[in-house]
Amino acid sequence: MHDIATNFINLDAITLVYLFGVGFVGGLVSGFIGSGGAFVLTPGMMSLGVPGLVAVASNMCHKFPKALVGAIKRAKYGQVDVKLGIVLGISAEAGVLYGAQIQENIKKAFGDAGSNLYVSVAFVVILATVGGFVLRDAWKTYKSGNMHAEEKAGKLARWVQSINIPGTMVYFKALNARVSILFTIPLGLATGMLAATIAVGGFIGVPSMIYVLGAPSLMASATELVIAFVMGLGGSFKYAMHGLVDIRLAMIILAGSLFGIQLGAIGTTYVKPFMIKVVMGLIMVIVLFSRGLMVPVYLSQLGLIEKLGDTTVKLLKNTSFAIMIFALLLGAFIVLRAMWQGKQAEKLLHASGALEHGEV
Amino acid sequence: MAQSTTRKKPVGKMFFMGVISIALYATLLHKQELINSNFAQGGLYAFLPIVTAFVFSYFHGAFTGHFWTVLGIEAAKKKKEVK
Repeated sequence: MHDIATNFINLDAITLVYLFGVGFVGGLVSGFIGSGGAFVLTPGMMSLGVPGLVAVASNMCHKFPKALVGAIKRAKYGQVDVKLGIVLGISAEAGVLYGAQIQENIKKAFGDAGSNLYVSVAFVVILATVGGFVLRDAWKTYKSGNMHAEEKAGKLARWVQSINIPGTMVYFKALNARVSILFTIPLGLATGMLAATIAVGGFIGVPSMIYVLGAPSLMASATELVIAFVMGLGGSFKYAMHGLVDIRLAMIILAGSLFGIQLGAIGTTYVKPFMIKVVMGLIMVIVLFSRGLMVPVYLSQLGLIEKLGDTTVKLLKNTSFAIMIFALLLGAFIVLRAMWQGKQAEKLLHASGALEHGEV
Repeated sequence: MAQSTTRKKPVGKMFFMGVISIALYATLLHKQELINSNFAQGGLYAFLPIVTAFVFSYFHGAFTGHFWTVLGIEAAKKKKEVK
């Protein structure tokens, strides 16, 4: 594996600033919704000339320490269910290994284009269904005017919580209920498989904790950080055993993302819980379009449709990447705006309190 | 005296952690060749990047936390209990 080291890119000042910046925005979003910043980093590194596998490995190696810092921060706000995170994280780890195996088999059978097509289709199908559902739910909450109301477990979650399978029941504080691990295992597996495929397991992990298990949004997004830590640690070790982690890339991204994740975590204390769903749903739906644009490119590479011209391919690739960055920036903007508004409201409250007590 | 209730900002801690963090990053960038050739050997050398990630996250994580606190960006004071 010594030859891999020679594939590590040279770092200049622009690259450093770029990685730091993308890391910061990714960290901000991850701190808020539990994951979601990573999907831009792998293609972002590849655009710098980093080989695909090194990009995936280095991304993962920045993710687990970032998730750890975020989880500790949010645990201080009482938002983390460590037990649920570890239980889901372990099965997610198995999902990652299985997902990576599927990826490898597809690559062997259909080459790079086949593998890329599989990833894009997974992106589009999952983001369309789950993202659409999350966004619709957030919209319904907004329309109903119950944004301040305490979140209640939905019908499916109440059913899951009502099933008693002796010998498999575990109490989780996020749910304030006992749930059979026979329900959590497939959810963890799906989260891990998605992480292995599109780098963001949280797009299944967080909604499944909310809608299937009945966790409140804030706790689900914070607990996702524990899952990301468990998954990322195992995944990073596996890649590092093959000498694929470029620690410089990972640590520079981490430099920016730790600033971001702290800020994103603080942001969760200022917003109404449904904002987690808004940001997550919006990012998912926008990223879906980004990946959707790439489907014709891979179809043409596989010869399933007419061959596309070089200019068209380049245009689609650039537009897809730009949309992905837009999704992340929009998420970051919503988080910062919500935080700003929350901070202003808090100041006003303090000012009126001071007035009432005749301190001004 | 409204100020009397204001907590002291962790400026000293921020600088301390910041200096260590900068030293770690300076070492990483100045010893790139050495680090790359050792860290990418695979096998048991896998522990090197993992331990590095933990060390960086500890010092840089503490620094970034104090950084926002010093800037006055902290969690909402009248936070609703999240259960």
